[in-house]
Amino acid sequence: MSGPVTPPRSPFIAPAWIALASVVGLVSALIGDGVFDVVSWVVFAGLIGLVVRAWVKRTR
Amino acid sequence: MQRSTIKAWFVIHKWTSLVCTLFLLLLCLTGLPLVFAEEIAHLSGAEPELPAAAADAVPLNLDAQVRTALAQYPGDVPLFIGWDPHAPTVYVNTGASTATPPPQMHTALLHSISGEVLPAAQFNQGVMYFIYRLHTDLFLDLPGLLFMGTMGLLFAVAIISGLVLYGPFMRKQRFGTLRTGRNRRLAWLDLHNVLGIVTLGWAFVVGITGAINTIAKPLEQAWQSEQLGEFAARYEGQPRPTTLASLDAAVATARAAEPEMRAAFVSFPGTGYSGDHHYGVFMQGNSALTERLYRPVLIDARTGALTAQPQLPVYMSVLLLSQPLHFGDYGGLPLKILWALLDLLTLVVLISGLYLWIKRGSTEARVNEIERAARTAGAP
Repeated sequence: MSGPVTPPRSPFIAPAWIALASVVGLVSALIGDGVFDVVSWVVFAGLIGLVVRAWVKRTR
Repeated sequence: MQRSTIKAWFVIHKWTSLVCTLFLLLLCLTGLPLVFAEEIAHLSGAEPELPAAAADAVPLNLDAQVRTALAQYPGDVPLFIGWDPHAPTVYVNTGASTATPPPQMHTALLHSISGEVLPAAQFNQGVMYFIYRLHTDLFLDLPGLLFMGTMGLLFAVAIISGLVLYGPFMRKQRFGTLRTGRNRRLAWLDLHNVLGIVTLGWAFVVGITGAINTIAKPLEQAWQSEQLGEFAARYEGQPRPTTLASLDAAVATARAAEPEMRAAFVSFPGTGYSGDHHYGVFMQGNSALTERLYRPVLIDARTGALTAQPQLPVYMSVLLLSQPLHFGDYGGLPLKILWALLDLLTLVVLISGLYLWIKRGSTEARVNEIERAARTAGAP
């Protein structure tokens, strides 16, 4: 059972994390192969996952 | 945030978005197949899939490769020769003169070991080239490039202003709020906000690097006149050599000078990349990062002697590093697929923005909406 969730203090917290993650994802595959590529894939897949999550949790 | 501040940012967001939306839609749509250009070339048979050469295989003499290429295009002169790092092939670009622009160049593709002539996709023909020109310059050359670059910068401003407006909109909402059941406009607004924020960093970098790429030509010209002009000055008054030293020996000299790097391509004298008197052997590193950065090795085209190994200026390094960040071709097929998905999400952001503009009221009404959203947790 989930109760009401307190909104974050600043609406910019999530965008700041997303921007930081995006930079990591963009740069990672550029500086190396192998695990660096995987980091990029995980980051960007995570961003797509946020959209899927928002869609699944949408209120009708 | 003050009402006047919200209004100012709203107006900036509205107009920067509106001006660039149509072109951004075109960029997103044409960018989608370009992300997979390599895969499309292989699947369509435009570029042959070749087995890797044996590790001890000896590449064919490059001068012989150039002669074979020129036999395919009689009357042409060689302009560039380059290697595919993922296949045992060399390509040779030729043209009627050393001043031939890329749209008029011919390309020959040859097996690097056997010298066999392979089917060569002309990079300046076909559907993919049409899409590429639409994406980059709308067939308008430099004016088109600069125009698209301006659209990229407007897009970046639209992203920043959208982020500023996101603050008051979402002050009372949880991140990811998507209300689809109340009214259609609210659903599109929430979708615009969610997708806009998720694609924020990626879209900003792709937009800015795209804008940087549009000034590649002026940057290259600046580099050529600044750095290469210095070497050209030593040969002032001398005619361009008509008989060239061995290309194969020139590349061997460059490889010996930069043993940690591999040759990416060679420019012939007169093509603008290495002056009138030099082969420019462009070496690249072997790591994920350094393979993007070239080191030119200038070889005297008459004597075959090494003249210089100039460092690329910082602005050229920035340009070269910005290219993969725009193309998304540096992390294998999974990254390309994710790049395409983010491109599709950006399309939805653009379309939802357009819908919100069509269903707009007055600017005052929209500013009221943002202020109301900042005060209450309910519908704005």
